[in-house]
Amino acid sequence: MPEVWSSIAPHPWNLVAAGAAAAGLLFAFVGGSTFLAIWAERKVSARVQDRLGPTRVGPFGLLQSLADGIKLIAKEDFAPDGADRFLFRLAPYLAFCAAFCGFLALPFGSGLVAEELDAAAFFVLAVLSGEVFGVILAGYASASKWALFGGIREAAQVVSYEAPRALCVVVPVCVAGTLSLTAFGRQQVGGFWNWYVFHDPFTFLAFLVFFVTATAGCKRAPFDLAEAESELVAGFHTEYSGIRWSYFFLAEYGSMFAVSGLASLLFLGGWHTGVLPFEPAERYGYWVGNVLNAGVFITKCWVLVLVMIWMRWSLPRLRIDQVMETCLRYLLPTACGLLVGVCLWQLAVPAAVGEVVRFVLAFGTLAAMLMLFASLLTPDGDPTPRGDLPGVWAGRPTPLTHPLSRGGRR
Amino acid sequence: MTLPVALFAVVATATAVSALGVVLSQRIVRSAVWLLFTLVGVAVLYFLLGAEFLGAAQLVVYVGGTLVLVVFGIMLTAQGPFDTLTTRPAEWAVGGTLGVALFALLAHAVMGVEAKPAGDGPLPGTGPLGVAFLGDYLLPFEIVSVHLLVVLIGAAYLARAKRRAKP
Amino acid sequence: MSELGPTPFLILAAFLFACGVVCVAAKRNAIGILMGVELVLNAANLNLVTFARFDPRFRLEGQVFALLVVVLAAAEAAVALAIVLNFYNTHTTVDVDDGNELKG
Repeated sequence: MPEVWSSIAPHPWNLVAAGAAAAGLLFAFVGGSTFLAIWAERKVSARVQDRLGPTRVGPFGLLQSLADGIKLIAKEDFAPDGADRFLFRLAPYLAFCAAFCGFLALPFGSGLVAEELDAAAFFVLAVLSGEVFGVILAGYASASKWALFGGIREAAQVVSYEAPRALCVVVPVCVAGTLSLTAFGRQQVGGFWNWYVFHDPFTFLAFLVFFVTATAGCKRAPFDLAEAESELVAGFHTEYSGIRWSYFFLAEYGSMFAVSGLASLLFLGGWHTGVLPFEPAERYGYWVGNVLNAGVFITKCWVLVLVMIWMRWSLPRLRIDQVMETCLRYLLPTACGLLVGVCLWQLAVPAAVGEVVRFVLAFGTLAAMLMLFASLLTPDGDPTPRGDLPGVWAGRPTPLTHPLSRGGRR
Repeated sequence: MTLPVALFAVVATATAVSALGVVLSQRIVRSAVWLLFTLVGVAVLYFLLGAEFLGAAQLVVYVGGTLVLVVFGIMLTAQGPFDTLTTRPAEWAVGGTLGVALFALLAHAVMGVEAKPAGDGPLPGTGPLGVAFLGDYLLPFEIVSVHLLVVLIGAAYLARAKRRAKP
Repeated sequence: MSELGPTPFLILAAFLFACGVVCVAAKRNAIGILMGVELVLNAANLNLVTFARFDPRFRLEGQVFALLVVVLAAAEAAVALAIVLNFYNTHTTVDVDDGNELKG
């Protein structure tokens, strides 16, 4: 990035300009993605629950987040009596800063990265682990029981889930032999069978485990015990209102996008389409190629975030002891086993067998996805007539078909 | 004044002020927050010095691990909301004198360090570090890992749930 | 960075070290003392990395030892917190001045 600015500004200022431009672009990305993701969350949840979701503000209710934002800014910003005001005000910023800094080392394209780091994968994990501190601080500084319980749960949960998450990151790192995310992206050029998720069965499972632990690390449902509204009112942000409350959401969606970006770089080919056999930034030039790259990368992030949203509205919430048990008794040993397995695979399995397994995994997954989409597109038999009940309830009376209610309508 | 010098000045000032905050703040949670800023400042200094892996390790171990553990401990041992244990003025006097004397001594010693011609290029990165840990420094590496295992078991044993003594 | 030289880094490390020592000496809360120890270890680490950067002989060694110190600091914090929790369970306070039963 600084090379572009060297032609415009003299030496120290080109670095300053590059830094400012990168920060501005990243902030725009995080803000814009959160804006759209909140809308998407409401729309998806509505469709899952057979509702319409926001429709009034803008086309398809797209501007609903803007309306919410205006409402939140206009709300009174208060701290409860007896809270530690300094920490209470500081906590949302800490959470957001941690989530935002994770993007500093995420490459959006070949060389399109705010800061090229040698240990980028490690850095992203490290910075994202700082988000939990803001949440714990919010829980403690609120001087409220519910918030304190939320904070303690968050501390126990996130610190536990960090271990299997980091181990799952090490699995593709063992395959790639680097911690630099740019190198990761460059190694997965070409067809989608070159993506590390299909490299061998262990990386395939590691992707699934990573995705589960990353969801838990972002305190998303079904692991959102820190804000379980059925038990803790709203958990750690019970006492927050207005714009400070929305910073927590900015942090949550920011870290969702950051872990999705990390997952797509480590496992899903980064900025590569999976069909083009060359690197677009080299064939079409830095800018044109990287616009394509960034588009593909952001699309992959969005797909993973939509899967997280889908999971949230489909699965029931776990209990806190089940959450901890899932991590410590199942995910952590699984992750350790995967790490050992991938090392043995690298050492013991001959290259030809590895190639066959890679193609079987890649095309098997592709076939499974295609079958899933086909089954979604074909209509399942004749739809139930309006007013009647489907499935095992067919023929039972409803308020609309009940003879008494029909008679009484007259 | 070049860019690295300006960056160092800003980060070093912030780190030093936060370190003072750790010492001077009376509420223990505020001390923890100041400690967070100090640790992040030190991590940024590592990045400035070119030790990227170490900076990331500092962030993940201290900010994500140790500090969360510390706040967890504060929550578990707090008797009331934001209770404080104030230090007596005499203790401040003794501690402060000791600190100033120690700082003066160390600063005097530091002034004697003559600047060596710094090697060019970045510090050895992740690869050489890994090779060093599995080569020349294998024994300390193994000792540290066994030590970690012992600590894991020992801490779990010490902190296990027990019947609390009646106050 | 090379125009800066090691001295500013070392002075900052000395300052952090002094702060840590004062923290250990003056705080009564056991967890506060733990934080002081963390400050001291960080100051030592900053020294190690500074010499790794500015002395060509220690380019690798400085980082290796700093990493070992980071790991040991985490271990120390875990054990110390376990001890503090135990102390709190028996004394219902974390004031270190109350832990004087072994005084002769």
